[in-house]
Amino acid sequence: MNLENQNCTNCPAHNVTNLVKLGIDMSNFDFVVALAGNPNTGKSTVFNNLTGLRQHTGNWPGKTVGRAEGGFLYNGKRFKIVDLPGTYSLLSTSEDEEIARDFILFGQPDVTVIIIDATRLERNLNLVLQVLEITDRAVLCVNLIDEAKRHKIQIDDRLLSKNLGIPVIPTAARQGIGIPDLLKSIYDVTTGKFICKPHRISGEMKNITNAVDRLNKKIAESFPNLPNTRWIALRLLEGDQRIIDAVRSGEIGNLKPVESFTSD
Amino acid sequence: MKNQNEEILITANKLRWEVGENIHDSILESIYKEASDIASKVVKHMGEKSKFDLDRMIDRIVTGKLTGFPVMFILLAVVFWLTISGANIPSGWISLILVDTIHPWLKEILSSIHTPWWIIGVLIDGAYLAMAWVISVMLPPMAIFFPMFTLLEDFGYLPRVAFNMDNLYRRVGAHGKQALTMSMGFGCNAAGVIATRIIDSPRERIIAIITNNFSLCNGRWPTQILIATIFIGGTVPAYLAGAASAAAVVAIAILGVIFSLIVSWGLSKTVLKGEASTFSLELPPYRPPRILQILYTSLIDRTLFVLWRAVVFAVPAGIVIWLVANIHLGSLSLAEHFINSVNPFAFIIGLNGVIILAYVIAIPANEIVIPTILMLTVLSAKIAIGSGAGIMFELDSINDTAKILHAGGWTTLTGINLMLFSLLHNPCSTTIYTIYKETKSIKWTLISTFLPIAIGITVCFFVTQIWYFISG
Repeated sequence: MNLENQNCTNCPAHNVTNLVKLGIDMSNFDFVVALAGNPNTGKSTVFNNLTGLRQHTGNWPGKTVGRAEGGFLYNGKRFKIVDLPGTYSLLSTSEDEEIARDFILFGQPDVTVIIIDATRLERNLNLVLQVLEITDRAVLCVNLIDEAKRHKIQIDDRLLSKNLGIPVIPTAARQGIGIPDLLKSIYDVTTGKFICKPHRISGEMKNITNAVDRLNKKIAESFPNLPNTRWIALRLLEGDQRIIDAVRSGEIGNLKPVESFTSD
Repeated sequence: MKNQNEEILITANKLRWEVGENIHDSILESIYKEASDIASKVVKHMGEKSKFDLDRMIDRIVTGKLTGFPVMFILLAVVFWLTISGANIPSGWISLILVDTIHPWLKEILSSIHTPWWIIGVLIDGAYLAMAWVISVMLPPMAIFFPMFTLLEDFGYLPRVAFNMDNLYRRVGAHGKQALTMSMGFGCNAAGVIATRIIDSPRERIIAIITNNFSLCNGRWPTQILIATIFIGGTVPAYLAGAASAAAVVAIAILGVIFSLIVSWGLSKTVLKGEASTFSLELPPYRPPRILQILYTSLIDRTLFVLWRAVVFAVPAGIVIWLVANIHLGSLSLAEHFINSVNPFAFIIGLNGVIILAYVIAIPANEIVIPTILMLTVLSAKIAIGSGAGIMFELDSINDTAKILHAGGWTTLTGINLMLFSLLHNPCSTTIYTIYKETKSIKWTLISTFLPIAIGITVCFFVTQIWYFISG
């Protein structure tokens, strides 16, 4: 009897029925989920699917301005979810990109869900790789899989997951396909059931690698807890003012790695 | 600790000289390379890519150099034609229920319990009738227009509009994305002003904010549609009436776009000098629209939202109208005093005192302009329709509205000028407040408010004088 119950609660199908859309109720949340992605890949649709909110969705890029927030209850845990503005990269300095970048870095979400367009995988991966430079905990949602099928494009999600070191979930959010799996992955990463080993970019030019290594060593000495010192080093070398300020004030040192979260 | 942090920054500064300028490119290059490596491993194209690409073909037509704009105008015209020809009948039904049935019934109940006449006046003839009127005039056109507009949006047509317009906006020194915020403004100017956040350069953003008001908003579509139906549709044979009215509304909408271009150009050449910045706009794939979702978004999020706002503003406005019509100074009411004193000026620009007073009362919401005008016309022209002066009255159809306006001395010229003035006047109070919140500047808020009025008065003046000149 007891065993049977356990099996039930472990089954993803059981958990789907456990999804309670909380709308804008975000009180006492256990985990923070950030939604990132290129413009017009369906972030707001996924957001609405999870929260039950009706954040306006429309088939045009740049529709979500600023950020929208909502909540959902899944498997007994309360999640706060933040819909970030769609961006093509986190490198250059438009306001949208800064909002998204700052939230992923300083907002320290427990998981960042990156939503990409299955029909434009290569271009979208640019953003994915940049997000993985910043954070350790991410889930990739390959959305619009129905359209990819229509265009006769097939994506090997398991191989992609192996390459990126994070869970990869194919979805068609407009039809609600894949959302249960996405929820489960979000849950697994936030609760530490799935430990991400995110892909990090390696192949820069030689003289840069040298400089990055030297700076990286210094940063790692000052801020032993930082998970992404290499990325910080790169940003400093590029002269990113926001990061320079954060290092000067020591704010950057307050960002905690995964382990210290669970022990809190 | 502090010293250590400074040391990191000093090291970074030194190293930055070593690595040189190309670090940004180098990082980008490695990201692109790895993205392409991974993609080539996991993406498989099944079979031949089909030779016939529907998306491409549609794009070739709707964004074509020669076909783009005509297609845009035709789509708009079809949407308005369907709205105009479809809205009249349900409008009559709603008015039959709310105005002809419930209104006398409410009055009877209140009189039977000996409610003072002025309370009945303020509540029933003022507040309730204003609300009933707004619902019967606005609900049907919105319930038809918004689902069609949302359909185009969901399908992916809006970015194509932006793509067509982008070049024009760049040429006048504004940001290409202004084409998108302009499209948002067609729904609601306050929303359009907030949407200008997608424009990064403050200079171009202020241009986009000031000119957003030239996009006809929800509150003004019903005015345009109704006046066009009466005064433009009325001048042509009946079988052409629908098409002619739709064409007139499209013409006004296009005129608004032209004004936004002219004003953008003027601003970017004078007070807001600068070069247009570039941006990339991705044309999303066409997606089959989700009918249920569209009905939901357009009916709940848009139609009911706008209607609710209109009702909220109509109730106090109805009370104000009743009061100015019923409080007398000497032999004339407050409203008549005002109308008589502005009439000389109003006639020069081809409007009348009633319209000016209606626009003053309707500053909170453009939606209530038409009901206010009708009520004030009845009052000032002393027309014996419905239940008498000082209250809004039964209007079963557009024909009755037409009769009242004609009796109030309206001509086709008044109709045309009202359509122009409805396009070119101050934004509603919500939009003005939003502009202040977004710009944090009283100066730009005042400019956004008064510039359109100045343009509107000038345009109406010239139209009127030219009209008189031609017609002798």
